[in-house]
Amino acid sequence: MINLNDILETINMIKEENLDIRTVTMGISLLDCASDDIDTLCTRVYDKITKTAERLVPVGEDIEKQYGIPIINKRVSVTPISMLGGKHSSDDYVKLAKTLDRAANTLGINFIGGFGALVEKGFTDNSRNLINAIPEALSSTNLVCSSVNVASTKAGINMDAIAMMGDIILKTAYLTKDNQSIGCAKLVVFANVPQDNPFMAGAFHGIGEAETVINVGVSGPGVVSSAIKRAGNCDLSALADIIKKTSFKITRMGQLVAHEASRRLNVPFGIVDLSLAPTPAVGDSVAYILENMGLEQCGAHGTVAALALLNDAVKKGGVMASSHVGGLSGAFIPVSEDAGMIAAAESGALSLDKLVSMTAVCSVGLDMIAIPGDTPADIICGIIADEISIGVANTKTTAVRLIPAYGKTAGESVSFGGLLGYAPIMEVNGKSCAEFIARGGRVPAPIHSLKN
Amino acid sequence: MKAVITVVGHDSMGIIAKVSTVCAEVGANIEDISQSVLKDYFAMVMVVDIDKLNIPFNGLVDKLTDLGKQNSLDIRTMHEDIFNSMHRI
Repeated sequence: MINLNDILETINMIKEENLDIRTVTMGISLLDCASDDIDTLCTRVYDKITKTAERLVPVGEDIEKQYGIPIINKRVSVTPISMLGGKHSSDDYVKLAKTLDRAANTLGINFIGGFGALVEKGFTDNSRNLINAIPEALSSTNLVCSSVNVASTKAGINMDAIAMMGDIILKTAYLTKDNQSIGCAKLVVFANVPQDNPFMAGAFHGIGEAETVINVGVSGPGVVSSAIKRAGNCDLSALADIIKKTSFKITRMGQLVAHEASRRLNVPFGIVDLSLAPTPAVGDSVAYILENMGLEQCGAHGTVAALALLNDAVKKGGVMASSHVGGLSGAFIPVSEDAGMIAAAESGALSLDKLVSMTAVCSVGLDMIAIPGDTPADIICGIIADEISIGVANTKTTAVRLIPAYGKTAGESVSFGGLLGYAPIMEVNGKSCAEFIARGGRVPAPIHSLKN
Repeated sequence: MKAVITVVGHDSMGIIAKVSTVCAEVGANIEDISQSVLKDYFAMVMVVDIDKLNIPFNGLVDKLTDLGKQNSLDIRTMHEDIFNSMHRI
């Protein structure tokens, strides 16, 4: 028998605390589309995506209605485009990006991910050409997302790739300058990238994945935040328990939707991603969770400790609720997509350096951070290298999504609207690391004994 | 299979009658009703059996959502699975 309190609790979570399914993402392998001829490749890619994901949006909407739970995004991730066989130039890849954009428009999805390359150890000719195509690809499309994996704990760090990404990010910012440099909001640089992540902009369909797969990303910072508020003055053991229980419930809902989508679409279920993904909506903020735990404002000393507790408890609660957990799974701390983070950055409580230290204990990294448009490429590379090193040394995923807002300086802001939100431009340390970055080469993989 | 219908809003004449009429029209059998009026607010939770629906379940969701809009009420119709999966191990 269904309990009245359970019913009211669920409805309250959805209505008042912004509980939703953040994304149902269908992963599609494009490996069998390979061709040396770019037009043939584009046709095959378009046909495969539009045919395979034909029912994704209507089925998503049906599930949404049946369970009364909003599914905010329906998305598609594809095999990293640089891995499609055949020899291709940068111009070819731009053409392919436009094809992906067209397919996404036809399907009615809101993003398509996978315009990317895995170069943690070195470049293939195709991956180099693809990376060079990123600025034009992102400025001439709306729905295509791009990611580049430049490091892993097993391979070390490809510093040549990081050096390249500094220029690519600046060029992308310039080419999308009329639109607040929004191109950079669709470009992520990764270390230890997960192959089954349903969240954009970093989603792609990994090489070890099945032909097609359904991955689901849940949300729910507002629910956790309210649960902590209701708990009042309890100690941290009790608080961790409350977070675990809440995370369990949120994830169970994700599991239900994933299972149902997989059944209706006749596509295997991949994973549920446990990430606490905030939105700019008031109340749906990871920063507010930390503040409800007892910080005056996010960014205060104690923030890393609170975040570490939160991240661990979310995983512990979520793991039991789903048969397969994967993706990024942790608390996201994007600045522009989180009302509390925006407020903390604006008041000066939250600095870029504090954000870097926070990423050592949570998913995913420096996310949606606007920096001055005149930041030199070497400093951007330095920021990336620092963040990527944290991931490599700690055997975790880290990522960088920076927006050097063209023509703007610290103190101003950029606004993208929708889920991408609004970001105050944060100050960066202006000291140069140009000589260090210019050395290039590879940082060797870290040792995994003598842990200190 | 069951569904849960929740109705929240300002109290007015005939709310239960209107929801029950829609349920009867589409073949949803009402199994349980719990309702309370706090000050001027009306809150009702209704459990209905949907095995013998004569329209698709989502059709019932649409009908009740529309009824809610016409009467300035928040009416939600949700399949029982969401509650079972969230609150049962």
